Amino acid sequence: MHILDRFRDAETGRALLGRVFVLAERAREKLGRPPVFMEVCGTHTVAISRAGLRSLLDGKLELRSGPGCPVCVTDYGDIDTMVAFGRLPGVTVGTFGDMVRVPGSTTSLEEEKARGADVRVFYSPADAVQWAEANPGRQMVFLGVGFETTAPAIALSVAQAQAQGVKNYSVFSANKVVPPALHALLADPELRLDGFILPGHVSAIIGRRAYDFIADQYGLPSVISGFETLDILDALYHLLQQVLAGEARVVNGYTRVVREEGNPRAQALLKQFFDPTDVSWRGFGVIPDSGLQWKPEYRAFDAAARFAPEVAEPRIPQGCRCGDLLKGKLTPRECKLFATACTPTHPVGPCMVSSEGACAAFYQYERRGAVGARE
Amino acid sequence: MLVNKVEQDVILLAHGDGGRLTHELVTGLFLRYLGNRVLGELTDAAALPVGEGRMAVTTDSFVIDPPFFPGGDIGKLAVCGTINDLAVSGAEPHYLTVAFLIEEGFSLADLERVVASMAETCREAGIQVVAGDTKVVGRGHLDKIFINTTGVGVIAPGTDLGYHRLAPGDLILVNGNMGDHGMAVLAAREGFGFADQVVSDCAALNRITGHLLAELGPGVRLMRDLTRGGLATAAKEIAVTAGVDIWLSESAIPVGPVVRGAAEMLGVDPLYLANEGKFLTVIAPEKADQALALLRDHELGREARIIGEVRSGEGNVYLKTALGGTKYLDLLAGAPLPRIC
Repeated sequence: MHILDRFRDAETGRALLGRVFVLAERAREKLGRPPVFMEVCGTHTVAISRAGLRSLLDGKLELRSGPGCPVCVTDYGDIDTMVAFGRLPGVTVGTFGDMVRVPGSTTSLEEEKARGADVRVFYSPADAVQWAEANPGRQMVFLGVGFETTAPAIALSVAQAQAQGVKNYSVFSANKVVPPALHALLADPELRLDGFILPGHVSAIIGRRAYDFIADQYGLPSVISGFETLDILDALYHLLQQVLAGEARVVNGYTRVVREEGNPRAQALLKQFFDPTDVSWRGFGVIPDSGLQWKPEYRAFDAAARFAPEVAEPRIPQGCRCGDLLKGKLTPRECKLFATACTPTHPVGPCMVSSEGACAAFYQYERRGAVGARE
Repeated sequence: MLVNKVEQDVILLAHGDGGRLTHELVTGLFLRYLGNRVLGELTDAAALPVGEGRMAVTTDSFVIDPPFFPGGDIGKLAVCGTINDLAVSGAEPHYLTVAFLIEEGFSLADLERVVASMAETCREAGIQVVAGDTKVVGRGHLDKIFINTTGVGVIAPGTDLGYHRLAPGDLILVNGNMGDHGMAVLAAREGFGFADQVVSDCAALNRITGHLLAELGPGVRLMRDLTRGGLATAAKEIAVTAGVDIWLSESAIPVGPVVRGAAEMLGVDPLYLANEGKFLTVIAPEKADQALALLRDHELGREARIIGEVRSGEGNVYLKTALGGTKYLDLLAGAPLPRIC
């Protein structure tokens, strides 16, 4: 049997789902409303949509998407800066694929590419370093967009460029870390959540212990989950158990990947290359110490310092509610632009673009109505 | 309403991926200027009345990067792609025209490999190349080699395939695993380590479709090849055009283990990946078991499955997941982009 199939076994899934239903009903009686959980990570959002879980849980418990999609939380100003790099003569922009279609104030990298900008998609920043080495006549600016999972690979690419003497490689760091965003969420008085499904990949880096503040300071249950259907059902089961028992703990439901203390080597890389800095998140505004900026000794590889492109004050589209969505205040269907003015072809906000974005997942898998080729 | 809606005043790569933007281009520009009754049908091949029967005509251009990939090359693809458009229209393909657009500096030995591969594919499919054209452009004006093929075939009298023949209760079959071609090309292009484990399914379908039509006659309602945009996009187009709902069962849809694992890793959905030797067929319910046996009896249909059914509705495609949940499938929107984390 394919290894993944064990985590998707339909019979086990249906049995677990039945137990989740029972606990959800009891939680609803206790709370006087259906329990509300947030899946922090965009990969969970997509997994939930793809497994068809939302339709099964409809009315029994509510799942809200959170700020764990690195593309989605990237601020307008940062996107405009990335586009501005593409307009500089002699500059090739290297990026992960998700970023290409995200609209900034007036244009996207995809549009700039059609107009002549050199934009290249890489699966790994190491490939971008190799490209720079093979093309010494061009400046490669790599867009560092990611969380604790991605930032170490970006740090290593700079180490590689330094070791190989690749001088035409630099990185624009829009990297962020997750725990400060959870603090910002939890401090929001409007938030009404009964628990978190915590991101599996990020937790592999930072470890279970890094989330203890959720239970200790804010008294909310949380479960670190993998991305298979059974992982997610298991996480819901443990969250509901805690809600019913009135407990608040950080449960590690992804022990095959996540350790108590995380991955010390990746953490050391983050410490070696980056300093925490206050950065703006879409929907949240500035969150203290939530960004990763290059340490002074790596400033030679900092694209922002090397090129300092001029960027006008960002213009934010009216009606886009990506920000509220990322704070769990609404689901995509409640946004007036969803599937009308905002579609994957004409995205208004990043949540409709990224393969991790909640709006894109809802659009692709959870949208009713005959809209298609002949609309 | 929006301060800064991005206006698309230039052609984006996504206009050519067979998804939503392609449809906007086809309906909003090409049909607006060039539309007529035949073109407006938007079928895989045009059916033109000629004497007793009907003639089927289709054309396609092939711009694949890389031109050689596991399981095929641009020549084989250019022949199969056009044959398959004819085949799923119910036509027996007879003739092909070929136009080569070649970049200055392209290796002559590679060109010969491409042409030899076309010849072999034509011979196997029983089709002849009857006209051709060659253009060479300066270095950098196109990428290596592009090929256009136009195919002509004959639709036998009495053959009637089309959206108008779909009825609730009809069953939906595919002839094998989804996504092999799309993943093989993606892996070859990006040089992924598993590239040698995924082989394109590129194949001429006219024998297997001809066999099905000959045996089942009017029991075959509709056929579609599952190229750009994959199974999901084709199903959505059928549902919308025919004004029905399509219900697919996720666990019944065949996907090979390597493609499944790789798709998982890259964050793409196999149901949206291109195929070049796969077709979907809608079959009258009483003929479905026979159709399945016929498909499985053919070398291009060993992994054939019944994957869903037509229900009355208004153009939705529902995918029943293994757990019993439901999700909706839509057209491919933009080329699949690799994700960040």
